[in-house]
Amino acid sequence: MAFRAAVVTFPGSNCDRDLAVALEKVSGTPALRVWHGDAELPERLDFIALPGGFSYGDYLRCGAMAARSPIVRAVIEAAHAGVPVLGICNGFQVLTESGLLPGALMRNAQLKFVCRTVPLTVENSQSLFTGAYEQGATIHLPVAHHDGNYFADEATLDRLEGEGRVAFRYGDAVNGSQRSIAGVLNAAGNVLGMMPHPERAIEPELGGSDGRTLFESAVKALVAA
Amino acid sequence: MKVRVFVSLKPGVLDPQGRAVHHALEGLGFAGVDDVRVGRMIELDVADATSDAALEQMCQKLLANMVIENYRIEKLETA
Repeated sequence: MAFRAAVVTFPGSNCDRDLAVALEKVSGTPALRVWHGDAELPERLDFIALPGGFSYGDYLRCGAMAARSPIVRAVIEAAHAGVPVLGICNGFQVLTESGLLPGALMRNAQLKFVCRTVPLTVENSQSLFTGAYEQGATIHLPVAHHDGNYFADEATLDRLEGEGRVAFRYGDAVNGSQRSIAGVLNAAGNVLGMMPHPERAIEPELGGSDGRTLFESAVKALVAA
Repeated sequence: MKVRVFVSLKPGVLDPQGRAVHHALEGLGFAGVDDVRVGRMIELDVADATSDAALEQMCQKLLANMVIENYRIEKLETA
């Protein structure tokens, strides 16, 4: 069965092609490309991916304009209907701005753009995005962001931890994120937002293949279902 | 009608930019600055009939991120 994935491109997205390549390499099916101004998503999608970049030039707040674009209204509807949605970097910012994920991503605590490969702990290997990782495994993925400092109030953080919704945690000081949170899931488990870039680590030639496992997890979970 | 919306970080939310500005002020020799927080002011020119409720909605739906920010609306008298 073909894996029908869509990658949304906003003006200013710059990881959309990498994401489409990663999805195609792992699933064997080319990803559909969707433009931000489209009002509707393709039908019968198995997976929606929001890429990194600087949508709308990061005007107002990172992800704020994209979160109000026509296509994201359709993404929100699809997410509520259970379609898996992955937001990476700017895509994560779009997901928090849209209300699909709790919290917000603020300016890095050290105020600097951080661009390097970081160690991460897999905190939840039971989700459809992380099922092929070992629980508690340390993996390495690149980060490249200026606003990845995850913030939520204490009650929200406690709830996220208690419900196993912290998917990934940084293994060292990266950006000042509360409780070193690098990726979070929604309550239903079908939406994941993360600052690190799995699509930039899908084969050893790219410096590592720890990111490939995330796409393999999703394809395996969804195609088998 | 001109309207100004002041968006600021909620109390308790760490403001790295404010902290950097604070350090810079100290570096310039200004003593006695206890704290600095950076916000944003947005100026709108709206129809005179625009309701307060509509302005509130604009702030809550887009201009401020209610997770981390507060807002204050100031209406300027038209000259």
